[in-house]
Amino acid sequence: MDVHEYQAKELLAKFGVPVPRGALAYSPEQATYRATEIGGSKWAVKAQIHSGARGKAGGIKLCSDDVEIERAAEELLGKKLVTHQTGPAGKLVSRLYIEEATDIEQELYLALVMDRETERIMVVASAAGGMEIEEISTARPKSIIRAVVDPAVGMQSFQAREIAYGLGVDAEIITHLVPTIMGCYRAFRDLDATMVEINPLVITKDNSLVALDAKMSIDDNALFRRPHIAELRDKSQEDPRETYASDRGLAYVGLDGNIGCVVNGAGLAMATLDMIKLAGGEPANFLDIGGGASPQRVARSFRAVLNDKNVKALLLNVFAGINRCDWVATGVVDAIRELEIKIPLIIRLAGTNVAEGRRILDQSGYSVITTETLAEAARKAVEVVSNA
Amino acid sequence: MAIFIDASTPVLIQGFTGRIGTFHAKEMIEYGTNVVGGVTPGKGGTRHLDRPVFNTMKAAVADTGATASIVFVPPPFAGDAIMEAADAGIKFCVCITDGIPAQDMIRVKRYMRRYRFEQRMVLTGPNCAGTISPGKAMLGIMPGHIYKPGRIGIVSRSGTLGYEAADQLKALDIGVSTSVGIGGDPINGSSFRDILEQFEADPETDAALMIGEIGGPQEAAAGEYVRDHMKKPVIAYIAGLSAPKGRRMGHAGAIISAFGESAPEKVEILENCGVTIAATPSEMGTTVAKSLKTISSVA
Repeated sequence: MDVHEYQAKELLAKFGVPVPRGALAYSPEQATYRATEIGGSKWAVKAQIHSGARGKAGGIKLCSDDVEIERAAEELLGKKLVTHQTGPAGKLVSRLYIEEATDIEQELYLALVMDRETERIMVVASAAGGMEIEEISTARPKSIIRAVVDPAVGMQSFQAREIAYGLGVDAEIITHLVPTIMGCYRAFRDLDATMVEINPLVITKDNSLVALDAKMSIDDNALFRRPHIAELRDKSQEDPRETYASDRGLAYVGLDGNIGCVVNGAGLAMATLDMIKLAGGEPANFLDIGGGASPQRVARSFRAVLNDKNVKALLLNVFAGINRCDWVATGVVDAIRELEIKIPLIIRLAGTNVAEGRRILDQSGYSVITTETLAEAARKAVEVVSNA
Repeated sequence: MAIFIDASTPVLIQGFTGRIGTFHAKEMIEYGTNVVGGVTPGKGGTRHLDRPVFNTMKAAVADTGATASIVFVPPPFAGDAIMEAADAGIKFCVCITDGIPAQDMIRVKRYMRRYRFEQRMVLTGPNCAGTISPGKAMLGIMPGHIYKPGRIGIVSRSGTLGYEAADQLKALDIGVSTSVGIGGDPINGSSFRDILEQFEADPETDAALMIGEIGGPQEAAAGEYVRDHMKKPVIAYIAGLSAPKGRRMGHAGAIISAFGESAPEKVEILENCGVTIAATPSEMGTTVAKSLKTISSVA
């Protein structure tokens, strides 16, 4: 789960990470009021969306008086901001973060990630902040410093010192940087994060250290023990199709095509999408209904897929292991009746009780296209949408 | 013995008396797995499915001599259960549980390193379908009847895609020596490479089918191992050709977040390492069959 910049900063500040003074605003009027509260003579009005690269997309505006703040807020609020990470649909701006402006002397990069190679938490830092890490690793790969944390003892101060000295900053900054790195680590560990990124971590003109931007992702599997983090979820930042499905316990990812997919198992679901692509079609979604595909779950999945108005055909692919094809087929027939499905249905059943499952579909009176193999199912699905 | 388990391997079930544990315990017993008992804290001293229940793994191992276990414990407690198995001297542990926090798995893997390599427990999963040596024993949740006994080793992240492969092989009259699920989580007990090492050393396996997916470095690492150390042919399919970057495709670990983690990149890496690629999921079986023909014509 991703959180907003202002939420990440609030969380990190509790672990001793220095952040600029700032406050949240939902309206232009509130934005100017917040700026007055914060004080100073220059402010950044920052659109809060779950995406990086907001600056380049016009989502961050520097203002030096009330009129400018109001204008910036008017412009951003209610707008769908498109960055190179959001996709063409963009993400809705419904909150603004008003922050005192920072005079930048130098920009650093600091991140903690779950490294899959070492299977440990890894700290990544660079003196070439401000760019994205992909750019840093092509433009200045040698500037990247890495440190791996031993989970038995946690991060040690010497590791933070090595990173701080490696970044080549002066002695006064070192005294702030070491606790900042340690604080980020403790936040990562104690909040079950999968990613913390401060980019840029800024050394100011008056030689202090401040996290100018902050990104944080939390492990979905750990939200059960982090209820205060789970509350930070902002559904306005999600694809509504995905919100509908995830609120009903379905693993769904919205795509741009017109063939809806319902599959049991994540691997088989990805493979089904691959087959549709290879047959010349475009899948509308990824959906894993999980192990026990009960009739209710089949109906719920169909509803989730049909929420997408682009869907012109629906392909169900179930390899019944523990569950049985006849049970799945019953669920399909119920769903057709209940949801009054009008679009073509392509059904591929395999595994336990497959003959009985096909018989139920054939005798249901509904016109359902049944196939034996995955390849045939994909081909048929592509055929019916191109003929439609 | 095939890799990891055979018909005589004594097995304990962790989370024995729960609904899911009970259901799958019955299936495993019916398949012929030597289930000797199970653990549910608080229910020690009782009997379940005509087998003893223990409060702790240590007591269970002392009493039954079990060397393998399978974990059906819910996510908040599953990491703890795996460590308990390691500490009790279990040699092979399968964790079925889906949804374990990643930092718990980091701790589990660190904990397992307390033991010398030769004594260290082999963990497969979490979030996997388990391991089966057809005709001998099943330590998992798969439908046992779709696997024909034979000489192909399967290693797969995904459960159902592994079933699909076994089914395609059976239709071509090709059998399986052992099928190992390594699970869809970003941090897992055994990697593709770990399992390929076992297949390379296993006299009952002639070739290996590896079923990977987007995300993580394990397919590429396996490719290097195949190139440098394997004599047996390896066939691979990588799922997720159409997966967009940065989106989690069902499995916690199925997400493209770095270079080399997309399906086309992995396919290229594996091909360069001498792995035969099944271009589509429908061709896993036929690609294996073709490789087998090549071996027998060379021999």
